[in-house]
Amino acid sequence: MSVIEIRQVSRWYGNVVAVNDVTMTIGPGVTGLLGPNGAGKSTLLHLMAGFLQPSGGTATLDAKPIWKNYDVYRTIGLVPEKEGVYNFLTGWQFVQSAARLHGLGDDAAERAIAQVDMAAAKDRRIETYSKGMRQRIKVAGALVHEPSVLLLDEPFNGMDPRQRLHLMDLVRDLGAAGKTIVFSSHILEEVERVAQQIEVMVAGRHAASGDYREIRRRMTDRPHLFRVRSSDDRRLAAALIADTASDGVSFTPQGLEVRTVEFRRFTHQLPRLARDLGVRLWQVSPTDEDLESVFSYLSGRS
Amino acid sequence: MNTVVASITYRAMLGRKRIWLLALLPIALIAFALLFRFIGGGDESVAVELMRTFAIGTMLPLLGLIAGTGVIAPEIEDGTIIHLMSKPISRPVIALTKFVVAASLMVAFSVIPTYVAAYILIGTESGIASGFALGALFAGIAYAAVFLLLGVVSRHAVTIGVIYALVWEGLIGGYVPGARRFSIQQWAQSIADQVTTSAFLKSEVALSFAVPAMIIVVVGSVLWAGQRLRVLSLTGDE
Repeated sequence: MSVIEIRQVSRWYGNVVAVNDVTMTIGPGVTGLLGPNGAGKSTLLHLMAGFLQPSGGTATLDAKPIWKNYDVYRTIGLVPEKEGVYNFLTGWQFVQSAARLHGLGDDAAERAIAQVDMAAAKDRRIETYSKGMRQRIKVAGALVHEPSVLLLDEPFNGMDPRQRLHLMDLVRDLGAAGKTIVFSSHILEEVERVAQQIEVMVAGRHAASGDYREIRRRMTDRPHLFRVRSSDDRRLAAALIADTASDGVSFTPQGLEVRTVEFRRFTHQLPRLARDLGVRLWQVSPTDEDLESVFSYLSGRS
Repeated sequence: MNTVVASITYRAMLGRKRIWLLALLPIALIAFALLFRFIGGGDESVAVELMRTFAIGTMLPLLGLIAGTGVIAPEIEDGTIIHLMSKPISRPVIALTKFVVAASLMVAFSVIPTYVAAYILIGTESGIASGFALGALFAGIAYAAVFLLLGVVSRHAVTIGVIYALVWEGLIGGYVPGARRFSIQQWAQSIADQVTTSAFLKSEVALSFAVPAMIIVVVGSVLWAGQRLRVLSLTGDE
């Protein structure tokens, strides 16, 4: 059981602030670091992994500082995003070298390779591996010493769906076994499937925190903007504005723009209103459903 | 020393076509020696000149650059060094191991070929072969250490190394006598001069300066490289 504690940590490069005053405590189980590209997820992971010095604040593992303390790697397993593997080694040689660097024998390497289901391909050179296989062999290398903390930077990137599900299962199982696991991702669905705890990063800030229900709720209970085109925009607009679900309605050359705070009620009411008025709906589309706007909303709120 | 780090580094340096990078110059040196030998030009002055300008003056710094930066800079560049650094091994030990690998490559690809080439030319006469081999040994170790440090502190290690070898040791050292004191190449000649009795070699830097300077450079570079590895940061793609 290990706990990573990030206290008021900032990290800047010259004038650019990559991580801004972040405080979080990460305990056993799977934690997902969610955020768009450039939000500071990798920087935060590198701070947790001892590969970056905090410009301010402290990052500790079980109350011991992480920076300049190579002893933490007895506890931490790290899976970097960059394809940081020696291509000229076979999968077996790579994992075996990881085991030996920990002072462990071949049995540890065998076990780790079995854990990621790579036994069949272990004698091939890593340069012949697919992206997903490389990812798995890196995970095996990080698991040889059975670390209580596992840090993974964008682990599911570039994997095919089957490999992705397999790695997700593995991560979930390890989390259920009491390991402290942190992984970064910019895909909500990915994080939702694996993580019990989600930490949202936006523009270097810690924007939201909670389980996936909490994050989902925050993402749906926010002002939404819909574009509606129909056979009679004016009549529909009058009916919409009379309903409490709509906050504002405006006319645009592309049709109506309807702002709503009650997502569920609006999506429920709109077809009924149209039917009752005998108005035919041609188009109903959310205009701000992209992840960026969800993230920027979350960051504005906290 | 860590044997796992060493074995991975040897594989990276000697695997497949990489070995040719190291083998090309020593092969050329021995080929020159054989050529001079068979066209009958194998006298003492030719031997000293070939050793001084090619073995010590060209091959040694270039191989030092290839070996010294090669053992670490590419790994830092592509991030593979994380595999070694995310393990419970002290970073100075990683640096020391990389240095030992680079130094051993210098022995295999520079010191031994230097001796062999000189021996082909004039045998053991005047101690030229052993003198230059000893000089190459010390200077090779010094080059390995300096260029290792360069590979850790700068992403432009090879460029800076080439500039040092060509401009400082080659060009400025040729015109400004003071610059020769701070030239690894000159230190090698001082040692060679000490061993050989040949009148064709005149070293310019006193042994009492060259040897302590070399020790300081080697120890300082390896220690500094270790400290730099301790604070090596990964900036990621962000």
